[in-house]
Amino acid sequence: MLRVTLRNLLARKVRLLMSAFAIVLGVAFVAGTLIFTDTMSKSFDGIIEGSTADVTVRAEGTGSWEQAPSADTRTIPASVVDELRELPGVARADGTVQSQSLTLVGSDGKLVAGFGPPTLSFNYDEAPAMTGEQMVVVSEGRPPSADGEVAIDATSAEKGGYEVGDTVTLVSAGDQPTLEATLVGLAQFGGGSMAGASLVLFDVGYAQDLFLDGKDVYNAVSLTADDGATPQEVAYEAEKVLPDGFEAATGDAVAAESEDAIGEILGFLTTILLVFAGIAIVVGTFLIINTFSILVAQRSRELALLRALGASRRQVSRSVLIEALVVGLIGSTVGVLLGIGLAHGLTALFKSFGLDVSDTPLVISPRTWVVGYVVGLLVTLVAAYLPARRASRVAPVAAMRDDVALPESSMRLRMLVGAVLVVIGAGLVWLGLSGVDNGAWYVGGGVLAILIGVSLMSPLLSHPVLVALGGLFRPFGLVGRMATQNALRNPRRTAATASALMIGLTLVTTMSILGSSVNKSVDVGVTKEFTSDFLLTNPVGAPFSTSIAEEIRGIDGVGDVVEAQFVPASVEGSFAGLTATDPAELFSMFELDATADTLAADEVAVREDTAEERGLEVGDTIEVTTQSGDYPMTVAGTFPESNVVSNYVTSFGFVDRVKLSREDSFVAVTAAPGRSGADIEDPVRDVVADIPTVVVQTQDEFIESQRDQINTILMLINALLGLAIVIAALGIVNTLALSVIERTREVGLLRAVGMSRRQLRRMVRLEAVAIAVLGAVLGIAMGLVFGVVLQRALEDEGITELSIPYTTLVVYVLIAAVVGVLAAVFPALRASRLNVLRAIATE
Amino acid sequence: MSDGPTPARTIAARAVDLRKTYGKQEAEVRALDGVSIDVYEGEFTAVMGPSGSGKSTLMHLLAALDNATSGSVFIGDTELSGLNDKQLTRLRRDDVGFVFQAFNLVPTLTAEENILLPLSIAGRKPDPAWYDEVIDTVGLRDRLRHRPNEMSGGQQQRVAAARALVGRPTIVFADEPTGNLDSTSGAEVLSFLQHSVRELGQTVVMVTHDPVAASYTDRVVFLADGKVVDEMRAPTPETVLERMAKIQMRALETAAAAEGGAA
Repeated sequence: MLRVTLRNLLARKVRLLMSAFAIVLGVAFVAGTLIFTDTMSKSFDGIIEGSTADVTVRAEGTGSWEQAPSADTRTIPASVVDELRELPGVARADGTVQSQSLTLVGSDGKLVAGFGPPTLSFNYDEAPAMTGEQMVVVSEGRPPSADGEVAIDATSAEKGGYEVGDTVTLVSAGDQPTLEATLVGLAQFGGGSMAGASLVLFDVGYAQDLFLDGKDVYNAVSLTADDGATPQEVAYEAEKVLPDGFEAATGDAVAAESEDAIGEILGFLTTILLVFAGIAIVVGTFLIINTFSILVAQRSRELALLRALGASRRQVSRSVLIEALVVGLIGSTVGVLLGIGLAHGLTALFKSFGLDVSDTPLVISPRTWVVGYVVGLLVTLVAAYLPARRASRVAPVAAMRDDVALPESSMRLRMLVGAVLVVIGAGLVWLGLSGVDNGAWYVGGGVLAILIGVSLMSPLLSHPVLVALGGLFRPFGLVGRMATQNALRNPRRTAATASALMIGLTLVTTMSILGSSVNKSVDVGVTKEFTSDFLLTNPVGAPFSTSIAEEIRGIDGVGDVVEAQFVPASVEGSFAGLTATDPAELFSMFELDATADTLAADEVAVREDTAEERGLEVGDTIEVTTQSGDYPMTVAGTFPESNVVSNYVTSFGFVDRVKLSREDSFVAVTAAPGRSGADIEDPVRDVVADIPTVVVQTQDEFIESQRDQINTILMLINALLGLAIVIAALGIVNTLALSVIERTREVGLLRAVGMSRRQLRRMVRLEAVAIAVLGAVLGIAMGLVFGVVLQRALEDEGITELSIPYTTLVVYVLIAAVVGVLAAVFPALRASRLNVLRAIATE
Repeated sequence: MSDGPTPARTIAARAVDLRKTYGKQEAEVRALDGVSIDVYEGEFTAVMGPSGSGKSTLMHLLAALDNATSGSVFIGDTELSGLNDKQLTRLRRDDVGFVFQAFNLVPTLTAEENILLPLSIAGRKPDPAWYDEVIDTVGLRDRLRHRPNEMSGGQQQRVAAARALVGRPTIVFADEPTGNLDSTSGAEVLSFLQHSVRELGQTVVMVTHDPVAASYTDRVVFLADGKVVDEMRAPTPETVLERMAKIQMRALETAAAAEGGAA
């Protein structure tokens, strides 16, 4: 029996490859994701361990990777560093002056760093990391040793077009918006990898001048333990001499914190990528079910013969399952290998975003192989189970008959199961949207259930669509009619093939509607709320120097100038940004009717919707936690909903209170009465002309930039969903190729009575188009429903407007038709190449 | 051994020294070994012979379904060997009609659509008078809207025959058209073919191994071992059976002699 099975497999290599391909793609995506995130993780671990000292002395609450964008003003005096150096067990103590608000500008005037990874600026020293290697090493030139000297990392130097000896430009958030320094050396982390981060190194004194007003103080201290002492002992000793508000953390603890923080980001990335992998796998499952169903149907006579010769039902179904197992094994193996390639691709993709881990070799852990095989085999076996069971039901007598029809599962049962799934799915979606914890999972599960339910019901749903399409094919005459009839011939097969495309297009349509609705909501919101003439922001979110606002105030024709600084904090345990500003000016500029507009450093105004949601009333006290500690704040008033201002507004006094330096996150500018925005546009732009980190935007430009962001995300999502479409297209290729084989005699007959090759190809092509358009129509119909429901559900989250991109949807249908045409190329060719005589003679 | 001189008539199809071999060298099988035959217009011709005699191969070659190893085939005045696929397709569509043993109809089309299939493919309209005549002869007017699976085997085969005739082809080939039918249905189909020759003036060539089927024809050509060995006019089941038996006997004797010689 096993031999029969294996012979069968070998005899159908092409079909085997095609159905294995679906598994390959799904598994490749899973494996690629795992390999990529493992690699990222390893790369970051390397950086962290290579840049963390045995013991770090720092202000409490400052995790090394999760710092506020504004500089912390808590410092350690040099005398404490001297004390630390004398402690027992301490080999050396190096004071660190650091900042993340510097940005390197290339020789072409453009920013060197990308959007993601930070630019780390600190003073150069020879302190070793917990690994024993020096944290930062100079690879070319010399370390900076005087004012006006810097060393930067080699990648940034290359990107910025700098060589040792050149003058480099830096943009800072300090009093001086830009500064220039001589490049004296190239440096890198001792651990090697940079993960795309940029380094800017200074001499200690120069760094203190730049970041700490020239005082002889430090932000942190790196302690190196003696051979005889453990980091724990050193940390314990250090705690004794530290001033209040400072802590000594061992390297392991610091690394663990950082790894947790990175793990969270990586986990998020992994989840997103795996969701797309999951979609690919679900779609692939349809393809495999369909392929095996057709293979079993075509072999029913042979299976009946096996039964007639005494094979048991179980042997027959097992032979189909073994076939699936082999397909799954091959598919999984190739899939993991392809996943390695995909991980290379992801690495390159993220490198282009600035997150460069390409200097870390790919990490292919045993877990990746295990997960790849488990997913691949499980999916194949599950998908092959139903066809295998059906195969076992072939009556032995069928071997003697000419036309063998396999027993088909009842359509009513199928409809019932489908309907139940749709109802359950709708319930889950409703539940998820009504605000339970982890609502996204409910919505996701619900959507999946609905998709599978509709797929089950699709044989019935497909009929009217195909009949309507038949009308469209009328100009093709008989060929068109036969194509439609062929698609209608086996509704299950057609529907299952179309379902794969349907799932892809449902998701694409939903995302398009959401994206377009978000865009429209932004348009409407911004037009209503963007009442200033200009807005100055940093696209990366990093703050900039307050001197910019100062300079703008001096321009003739400028009216009001409002500054604001975001302070990242958690309010009552959940993350929320506080806007520190001059409340009266802010509320008046954005025409917000607030109940209190003068606020003290411990008072906060809350946005009305947030206040309502959290049950806050004037006079209540809320707990605000920033990096430097917990700060109780009194709710002094409320202000109306707005997208320009964050949920909580307070005064500049708060910045000082939480020990951050005063910087600006955005500056809003209006023209003086009697002057227009156009009058002052040029002088305002001139102020920041040399500061590429700050952009000046008018209302239209702001909308445009928001749109760009949304559209970029949308494009990325659609590109990933494109994978599902590719698998669906393969499904059409497979189904058609198998159908052509099944209809060999019929094809021969048509050729014999005078159908030309071209007509035959057209017939197959039209059938493919019918299947593809069917999938598109069903998918878009469902996507419309999902899109509208989600928009309604997210109305409170800011997606207030519904916008359906009709043109885009029509384009999707056309794309689907093109996919159909392309998918038909191979099967059509195959059909038209059939030898007429052999086709007729085929049994 | 022929039944008298053949009257001078127009030739509908002709094979000249037709050879068809399969395989190479020692494994070579000569399906046709120099067959020459003329098919006359307005005649119902049967090609008979035991299994492996090459009768199906001959028909495939005459019907432009396959290429000969050597020799030439004419349909009307057209020589087939010089035609490319497009021209052959056109020839099959316009000048040749087919009736096969089974799997004769497109299952997704109605009887009427199946009958009109070759014309639809060519984008032509049927001649209404001729169409009516064919439909009435075939006796399926009340079945035209039915799908193949709603009809009996005999009815299906009559639809197939009607399809072969509706385009007024130069010649119709039928490959064991009654092979899958019971005797009553078979008789229906054969009567129809006979009628289409006698009353409608069509030319039909039928491959069969059934003497009763052959008795419906005007002329029987006997094939054995890839060669034409005999021919007969105005056949009856008895005369055909007798002639077949003789051919079989001769074949057995030859085989026995060959074996004796080899031993």
